[in-house]
Amino acid sequence: MSPTETKQEYQVIGKRPVRHDGVDKVTGRAVYGADVQLPGMLYGKVLRSPHAHARIKSIRTDKAMSLEGVKAVVTAADLPDPEGRTANLGELGDVPLRNLTRNVLASGKVLYQGHAIAAVAATNPHLAEEALDLIEVEYEVLPPVMDVLEAMKKDAPLLHEDLCTMELGKKSDHHSNIASHQTFRRGDVKAGFASADHILEHEYRSATVHQGYIEPHAATAVWSADGQVTLWCTTQGAFSMRAMVHQILGIPVSKLKVIPTEIGGGFGGKIPSYGEPVAALLARKSRRPVKVVMDRTEVFMGTGPTSASYVKLKMGVTRDGRIVAAEAMLAFEGGAYPGAIVGAGGLCLLAPYNIENLVIDMYDVVVNKPKTAAYRAPGAPNAEHATEALIDEFCELLKMDPLEFRLKNASKEGDVQANDVRFPRIGCIETIEAARASDHYRSKLNGPNRGRGVAAGYWMNAGLTSSVMARLNADGTVTLNEGSTDIGGSRTSIAMQLAESFGIRAEDVSPSVVDTDSVGYTEVTGGSRVTFATGYAAYEAGQALRRQVVEQAAKLWKVEPERVLFEGGVLRDLDDAAKKIGLPELAETLAHRGVDIGARITVTPQKVGGVFGVHIADVEVDPGTGKVTILRYTVVQDVGKAIHPSYVEGQMQGGAVQGIGWALNEEYVYNQEGKMLNASFLDYRMPTSLDLPMIETIIVEVPNPGHPYGVRGVGEVPIVPPLATVANAIAHAVSVRLYEVPMSPPRVVKAMLAKK
Amino acid sequence: MPKRDHAGPPSELDVSRRGFLKGAGAALSSGIVAGAEALEAANRAAAKIIGPGKTPVTLKINGVNKALNIEPRVTLLDALRDELELTGAKRVCDRSSCGACTVIVSGKSVYACSMLAIEAQGKNIETVEGLSVAGKLHPLQQAFVDNDAQQCGYCTPGFVMACKAFLDKNPNPTIEQVRKGLGGNLCRCGTYVGVAEAVLQTAGKKGGRANA
Repeated sequence: MSPTETKQEYQVIGKRPVRHDGVDKVTGRAVYGADVQLPGMLYGKVLRSPHAHARIKSIRTDKAMSLEGVKAVVTAADLPDPEGRTANLGELGDVPLRNLTRNVLASGKVLYQGHAIAAVAATNPHLAEEALDLIEVEYEVLPPVMDVLEAMKKDAPLLHEDLCTMELGKKSDHHSNIASHQTFRRGDVKAGFASADHILEHEYRSATVHQGYIEPHAATAVWSADGQVTLWCTTQGAFSMRAMVHQILGIPVSKLKVIPTEIGGGFGGKIPSYGEPVAALLARKSRRPVKVVMDRTEVFMGTGPTSASYVKLKMGVTRDGRIVAAEAMLAFEGGAYPGAIVGAGGLCLLAPYNIENLVIDMYDVVVNKPKTAAYRAPGAPNAEHATEALIDEFCELLKMDPLEFRLKNASKEGDVQANDVRFPRIGCIETIEAARASDHYRSKLNGPNRGRGVAAGYWMNAGLTSSVMARLNADGTVTLNEGSTDIGGSRTSIAMQLAESFGIRAEDVSPSVVDTDSVGYTEVTGGSRVTFATGYAAYEAGQALRRQVVEQAAKLWKVEPERVLFEGGVLRDLDDAAKKIGLPELAETLAHRGVDIGARITVTPQKVGGVFGVHIADVEVDPGTGKVTILRYTVVQDVGKAIHPSYVEGQMQGGAVQGIGWALNEEYVYNQEGKMLNASFLDYRMPTSLDLPMIETIIVEVPNPGHPYGVRGVGEVPIVPPLATVANAIAHAVSVRLYEVPMSPPRVVKAMLAKK
Repeated sequence: MPKRDHAGPPSELDVSRRGFLKGAGAALSSGIVAGAEALEAANRAAAKIIGPGKTPVTLKINGVNKALNIEPRVTLLDALRDELELTGAKRVCDRSSCGACTVIVSGKSVYACSMLAIEAQGKNIETVEGLSVAGKLHPLQQAFVDNDAQQCGYCTPGFVMACKAFLDKNPNPTIEQVRKGLGGNLCRCGTYVGVAEAVLQTAGKKGGRANA
C-alpha cells in the first residue's frame, strides 16, 4: 500500500475523534511528574551555583546532614568517575560521559548560574530547602563569558581547559570555546556573486530563549535493596532517559525501569536528564523513595534553554529575482557544554530555495549559560530568520511580490540540499501557492503604522526507531501499548492509524504510553517523528492483526484465508454468504480457545518527509511605546496527510504562538556577572490569549511517499517562520528593519529613534 | 542552627530565614489577591500568634469539610496537593503568574499558590476534582474535550476553573471578553483558540465545534 496524490477514502484518518486522554485531563485525574506519591516518600531539593563561572574549592555537607528530617545529602562525589568514557545518546551520537555527569552534579567547576552542585532529601520540601542553606561551598569566582562572539575570541576565558575545536570533523589541538566548526559547500560562490545584480549582507542576532513547558521537571526514584531502580519521570523519551541514567550511574540497563508519567510540555527540553539520576542517588542513600521537583526559577536557570545565535548572511540576486549565491556564518551557543544544534540550522537555512552556489560555516560554541537543549525545530528559527528577512529586503529592492519571489526560487523534488542530498517529493511550491491564494494574503490592510509580513520555513523532521504492541481483547477492541511519550495528542493519532489499518473504529483502540519493560525500544518524542514513525508501527500492527483474524476465521470455517474478507467490523466468506462473524464474536471465541491475537512491531522508517510552511502576519506598531500588536496571523503548512486535523491545526497554532513569543518578547536577561535577571513567568514574557489573535490555519496535503498514509511530521516547522514574518511586518509598518530578536518595545523604539 | 522539633511548642527560634521569607511572601501576595479581608485576617493573626509549628485547619473543599494539621506557611495549593492528594491544581510558577493552580474560593477564581491554607478556612473552595458530578462531565469540561482545548493538558485544570469562574460572571461573553478574561492563564502549547471555542460552546454560542 502506498499513498498516491489522488484522494483516498479513509474510514478513520482525517476524522476528528475525541482524544483518548481527554477526560483524564479535564478532570485533573491524569498523573504528571509531580503528582507521583509513594508511601514513605522523601522530598529532594538541589543546591545550585550562584555564580556563572567559578572553581569549587570545597563543599561541606555535614551541617545539612545533621538537620533533623534530613535523610541524605549527595554531591558529584557520589557519582561514578566518568573520566574518559563515552556515552551513547542514540540519535545524538556519542558524547563524553563527563559532560552528562557534570551537568547533573558539578565537579571541579561550576559553569553557569544554576549549575547543580549538591542535593538533599528530607521529610518535607521546606526542610529540604532549609538544609540547602546549611551546605557550605567555597568558590573561586572566575570571569564568565556570556556571548557567542566574545567566547570565540582568542583571549576569552576558557570554560573547559581541555576542549579543543573539532575542525571539519578532525580533532585539532586548538584550545578554545569553539567546540566544532563544520561547513556545507556547493558550487562556485565567487562566480555566483559575480553574476548577481544585487548583493545584500546583514548580521542577525537572537537571544537565549527557553522552551517554557509549564510543567517543571519532576523525578521520583525507588532504589530497592536488591539493586532494582524504578524511576517515574516526565520525559520525552523513557528509553533515552534509561540510557542516560544507566550511563551516569553506572548501573545495568536491566536493573533500571523508567516509567514515563503524563508530560506537561517538553518541546525538546525534556530530553536531557537533570533530577533523575539525583533522585536515584538520594533514594539509594536514604533507602526511601525520593521525589525531586524543580521550581520555575530552577527550570529557567538549570535546564536547557535554546541557543542564542549570531548569523551573518550574504546573498546575491539577479534583477529578475533569482538567488544565485549565498554565503553564511552561523555561530550558536551550546551553553556550558558542547552541543548547539547548529548543523540543523545550517541545513535548514536556505532549504526552501534552490541555490546553486553556497557556503555555510557553522560553529558550536560554549558559554557560561545552561547547557542548551533542543527547542522545536532546533536551530532552524534562528537560522531561517536571517534568510527570510534578507529576502524581504531584496523584494523591496526589486519591487517584487514576496511570495512570487519565493515561488521563483522554490525548492522542488530532485533539487540538491546544502548537504548534497536530493529532496524527495516535497510541498514547498504548493504551500507558497496556498498562501498566495489565501483570504488573508488577498485582503487589504489599511491604517497608519500597520504592515504585513510573510516568511517561509523548512524543517527536515526525523524518522528513527519506534515500537508498539497491540493485542485483540475478547470484546473485539484493541489494547495498544506504545513507547512514545504523548505531548500533544499523539496517542490518538497513533491509535487512529492502527484503527484504519486493522479496520475498526478509533474509539475501539485503547492506547497507553508504557514503561521501558513493557514495549520495544522507542526513540524520543522529538523531530516531529511520532505520528510518522510510531504511526508507521501502528499501521504495521494493524496489518498484522488483520492477517491474524482473517486466518483464524478461515480456520474456523475450514476455508482458505484468501476467501475471507474483513470489512465493516465483520468477517465474511466470499464464497458462502452463510458464513459471517462479527469481530467481537470472533474475538470472544478465540479468547475462549486460548488463541492470542497480537502484534509486536518495531520499525525504523527511512523515508522521512520534510515540511514547509508560510506564515502571514498583519501588525500594528505603537510609535510611542514600540509595542507590536498582531492583528491577524495565518499559518499555511504542508502536513503530508493530516491524521487528526484538529491536532495538526493545534500544532500549527502552537508553534506559531511560541515563535511569536520568541519574535516579540522572550529572552534571558543577564547582568555583567552572568546572572539571570528575569527567571520568572512574570518577567520572562510568554504569550497569553491577550497577546494573540485567533490564529488561522490552512492545511496543505502533499503526501509523503515514505509513509503508508502519507504522513509528514507537523509539530516543529510552525515555529520557524514567525521571527522573520513579524520582522518583515514591522518593517512594512514603520519602515524600520530590526536585525535582532526579540523585537521587544525598547528595541523597536530604539530602532525607530535611530532612523529619525 | 537549632534542631527543629515539630511536635514541641512553637518558639521564635523555630522560624528559619528561608521559612520566614517564604511565609511572608505568600502572605503578602495573597493580601493583594484577597484584599481587605486578608488584611483584616492578618491583623487578627497579629493579635494571636499561630505557628510556626503545625496547627489544626479545616477546609471546605467541594462541599466537604477536611480537617488538616499543617504549618501556617503551607499554601492552599500545597495543602490540596500534598495533604489532600488533590493534584488537579498544578504548581507551575508558585508566584501568581501562570494560573495553572486556579481554584474557585467563595465564587472567585484564585491562584491557590498565593493563598495560605489558613486563610481559606470558612470559605467554599471548589477544585477541578469537584466539577463533574456522578461521573458526568461538567458541560465546560465536555466542551474542552470536544474542542481539543488542550495539548499536553497540564494547564487544563487551571484553565477549566478559570473558565468556570469567568462564565459564572459572564454567561454571554463575546470573543474579545473571552480573550481578556483568560489572560491570567498560560498555555505554552498555544491552545488558546481551542479554549476560547470551548468557552463559547459552553455559553451556547457559535464558534464551539459542537455548535458549528
